[in-house]
Amino acid sequence: MSTHHISVTINGKTHQADVESRLLLVHFLRENLNMTGTHIGCDTTSCGACTVQLNGKPVKSCTVLAVQADGMEVKTIEGLAQNGKLHPIQEGFHEQHGLQCGFCSPGMMMTSSALLEQKPHPSEDEIRHAISGNLCRCTGYMNIVKAVQYAADKMAEGG
Amino acid sequence: MIPPSFDYVAPKTLSEAVAALGQHENAKILAGGQSLIPLMRFRLASPAVLIDLNRVEGLSYIDEKNGWLRIGSMTRESAVEHSELVSEKYSLLADTAKVISDPIVRNFGTVGGNLANGDPGNDHPATMLAYGAEVVAVGPNGERVIPITSFFRGLYESDLAPNEILTEVRIPASKPRSGGAYLKLERKVGDFATAAVAAQVELDNQGNFTSVGIGLTNVGLTAIKATEAENFLKGKAASDENIRQAAKLAAEAAQPIADVRGSEDYKRSLVKTYTIRALRMAVQRAKGG
Repeated sequence: MSTHHISVTINGKTHQADVESRLLLVHFLRENLNMTGTHIGCDTTSCGACTVQLNGKPVKSCTVLAVQADGMEVKTIEGLAQNGKLHPIQEGFHEQHGLQCGFCSPGMMMTSSALLEQKPHPSEDEIRHAISGNLCRCTGYMNIVKAVQYAADKMAEGG
Repeated sequence: MIPPSFDYVAPKTLSEAVAALGQHENAKILAGGQSLIPLMRFRLASPAVLIDLNRVEGLSYIDEKNGWLRIGSMTRESAVEHSELVSEKYSLLADTAKVISDPIVRNFGTVGGNLANGDPGNDHPATMLAYGAEVVAVGPNGERVIPITSFFRGLYESDLAPNEILTEVRIPASKPRSGGAYLKLERKVGDFATAAVAAQVELDNQGNFTSVGIGLTNVGLTAIKATEAENFLKGKAASDENIRQAAKLAAEAAQPIADVRGSEDYKRSLVKTYTIRALRMAVQRAKGG
């Protein structure tokens, strides 16, 4: 066993910690920092519920070691809203009923907000392709696609 | 699930990584970790030490040099997927990169890890067999080039020595009148292939095959090079009749086992159908379509 001192910037705030090498990033977020917005779903690298952005790219935080995030920037669902105002993707999920049980939603939003950063006007196919690593067992995806489209339109309007 | 305890080192250079690999018993290289970390959580792998290559400089690149397309072993699958060079000139590789696991896994998973893991369900092995690729490994005594045909030794077993690190895979540079395709049947995005077929062809001016590579995914203990099918086509016209005959030979080369994804017969039949379709598409692309 080895312990490592890490410094990780999460939603703009730098956190220092001593972590065991086997600690997964998702456990670091949920248990060490009490940031439980990131969900653990399948625990087998399949469902994408634990998706966070690592240096801007969506990754499954159950399949990255906390020590690997040393020196990096992590963005979680808690970092989407700014100054009490929902991020357009959150507003989209709300307005278009992009969730039922809500379990997949944090991962869905971290993946789709990263997509919109890269591609502000994605086609339906591009949206479906981008979220194909995030499983939703409630919605049938239709309203999730609409939510992402809503956010794209909203962001194009500048807000 | 939490992996069992292990030590972790994150070298900054390749020589430090090679030295660390030589110093530790039961050490394992951590590349993207998208297979290794799940295996550790399931207690199917319990290395004493992980040597993380993610902080080693200079292992992530895609370029053309000296007649090869060179891909650094730590190149993320998403970088291959979004490479203009790859999508313009290496259609087989471009097809493959789009169907490896899912888009989130591809942001962290690496080309080198996909190969070195030696999993017959991974997609690059069959593609690299079809391309006639070479793998570069670095150990304490320097660099070694391994033809892809002698790289896969068995289930999760490669030709890499315990003290060697895979640093690059290289594909012969794209030639005129060549093309390829990768066709994969998966039950859902992110699943391993029920079966998949990689085909890479080169045609002469008359439309005859001058070179053919066919690789099969997840129908044996390793990816399989369908040598008899390849040899059958060489020098022959790129006709549908010849393609169908070659597909029969490819299906005979497959050694599938029945599992949750299908019976032996089903998978063999799938190999045949997908070989036909992959070869047709490869020929079409070689002709510039």
